[in-house]
Amino acid sequence: MSTLVSQPGERPARTRGRGSSIRTWRLSDALVLVAAWGAGLTLCVVVAAVVIYMGVRGVEYVSPALVFSRPAAGLAQNQTGGFLDPLLGTLLLTAVAVAVAAPLAICSALWLVEYGRPRWLTRVVESAIEIVAGTPDIVIAFVGLALFQLHLFAWVSEVGEGGGVTGKSFLAAGTMMSLIALPPIFVAVRNGLQGVPAHMREAAFALGKTRIATIRRVLVPSVRTNIATGVTLGVSRIIADTAIVVVLLGDTLRIEPQAHGGLPGLGVLKGTGSSLTSYIYDNSPAGEAGAPQKAYAAAFVLLLFVLALNLLVERIGRAQARSSGFVAAVEGIV
Amino acid sequence: MLARLRNPWPDRRAERTLGAAALFACLCVLGMIVLVAQRAWPIFAHNGLSWLGSGGSLKVQIETMLNTSANPPASAYHLRAWPIIYGTLLVTALAVLVALPLALLSSIFIVELAPIPMRRTMVRVVRLLASVPSVVWGLIGILVLVPFVDQHLITNSERTSLQGTAQLTGAGLAPTVLVLALMITPIMVALICDALVAVPAAWREGAAALGVNRLRAIRAVTLRAIRPAIVAAVVLATARALGEAIMVSMVSGSVFFSPRPGDGLASLFEPLRTLASTIVDYHEGISAPALSATLYAFALLLLFSAFVLSIGGYLIKLPLRKYQVRA
Repeated sequence: MSTLVSQPGERPARTRGRGSSIRTWRLSDALVLVAAWGAGLTLCVVVAAVVIYMGVRGVEYVSPALVFSRPAAGLAQNQTGGFLDPLLGTLLLTAVAVAVAAPLAICSALWLVEYGRPRWLTRVVESAIEIVAGTPDIVIAFVGLALFQLHLFAWVSEVGEGGGVTGKSFLAAGTMMSLIALPPIFVAVRNGLQGVPAHMREAAFALGKTRIATIRRVLVPSVRTNIATGVTLGVSRIIADTAIVVVLLGDTLRIEPQAHGGLPGLGVLKGTGSSLTSYIYDNSPAGEAGAPQKAYAAAFVLLLFVLALNLLVERIGRAQARSSGFVAAVEGIV
Repeated sequence: MLARLRNPWPDRRAERTLGAAALFACLCVLGMIVLVAQRAWPIFAHNGLSWLGSGGSLKVQIETMLNTSANPPASAYHLRAWPIIYGTLLVTALAVLVALPLALLSSIFIVELAPIPMRRTMVRVVRLLASVPSVVWGLIGILVLVPFVDQHLITNSERTSLQGTAQLTGAGLAPTVLVLALMITPIMVALICDALVAVPAAWREGAAALGVNRLRAIRAVTLRAIRPAIVAAVVLATARALGEAIMVSMVSGSVFFSPRPGDGLASLFEPLRTLASTIVDYHEGISAPALSATLYAFALLLLFSAFVLSIGGYLIKLPLRKYQVRA
């Protein structure tokens, strides 16, 4: 019965043996088999239905005028403009969040795998990141609100009427978003580092390299694909998140820069805005605007981003999957 | 300064710098808990732990909080939040119950049964399912599922029997549970697949050598071996389901009402609120101090559950590392 010797990826050709025909099986076994096929196909059908439905609706409603015009306040739907600002808001937010999350996650993973002393501290760090990964986004948003409303952080966010700190800005939202992107990057880099064979490190040490030199010259280059995968997964988390945008970005119609004295661009970062997700939320029947066509169009654009990121993960993971098999392919979904 | 950075670093400084980053992640968690607990404190000060219980109308209590001025009287802090805690538990439990068989069967399908090309497609499908944004799920729920439930599934007798207590609009328990189950299925599938792949081939061969068919081998050997992974999958999926805010706020009807099992089938269509969706629905009222404390108390409860569940999932996953499962 070589049927069952199933190495992931390379499965020997099936030979027909006794018991391999479903007709000779007990009814209960046959039922489970059918149910398993049914469950697998159900998932396929659900995904196909979502993608096709959103695609059809999107093609129906999306137009260049909608994508490239700025939103405006108006009474009729043809006056309220498109979603250029939310689109730019999504990109800006992603940039801020990745800029915060990537160095933090990569450094933590490097410390954990390469130094990792004392042992108990590594356990604490790992479970802390598990906790961050498990924290609901709405809670992270409220933490951000509590944090950035402190007067200590008044320089980060929009200043409301009467000098009150609202705690809402691209910087605030991006910083909190980075907590959402942190776990996937950390896990990807950690797994990559753990997968680097010990002899590579030993060879570097034998040449008299210090640990940090080994990290910089040997380890980081060899986990580049993991870093790329992690960042891509993090980005797809960020662009998919709504709660933090609704609570922390102010969810204003347009990107509203704040007055500032210093660097160019800081005004925008201190200002409020919205993202594609919050635009969809506001334009759905649950939101205030209630323009389902625009919600569909924005959701279509958002799904295009998501699909592109999925393809990117797969493209990056392909080289990796060759070496580490199936696990790498599934990894990163959680 | 720059020259110092450019020169080769001594190991100790590198260790400290990288360690500081790791420590910062821990401090973030600590900071989160402290900040939320501090903001939620007035609710605990005025209600003790009895705000978790039931009593009175939650809607009235929340409205009172919303309408009080900057210095609310002590009475404004009165809170009994059981209806939405019950709603959260109900939605989460049902979603996990729906998702578990689906995830278990499709993981078996992906790893053990599917032909190789099909398997690759399935991995793509699961990943895509995992990456559909929650607001898109909500949009589909509110524009497709809710009208469908409203027009085809709710009978007129159900509508009239509940007149005066709850308005059945289609938005409610059933569509919420369905969409939530679809959202947590890929998490479970990923964890269970990882474990299934890691089960040593020799174990399956042993079963086969004893003459059982493929499914018997799966049931008797493989599924037994991955029991911790299944528990971990359930725990982590529960954590994800508890915290889902946007989708639930769009699809659940957002009414302070708890579905009553006594209503029979109609209870499936009754509207509800969960902790997370209530926070989203009322986030604009945060300038009212009493309401702010309430919302932070809800957030603290969610944070606490996430804390317990994440640590639980982490501990359950630890023994799996023996088999090189990197979940």
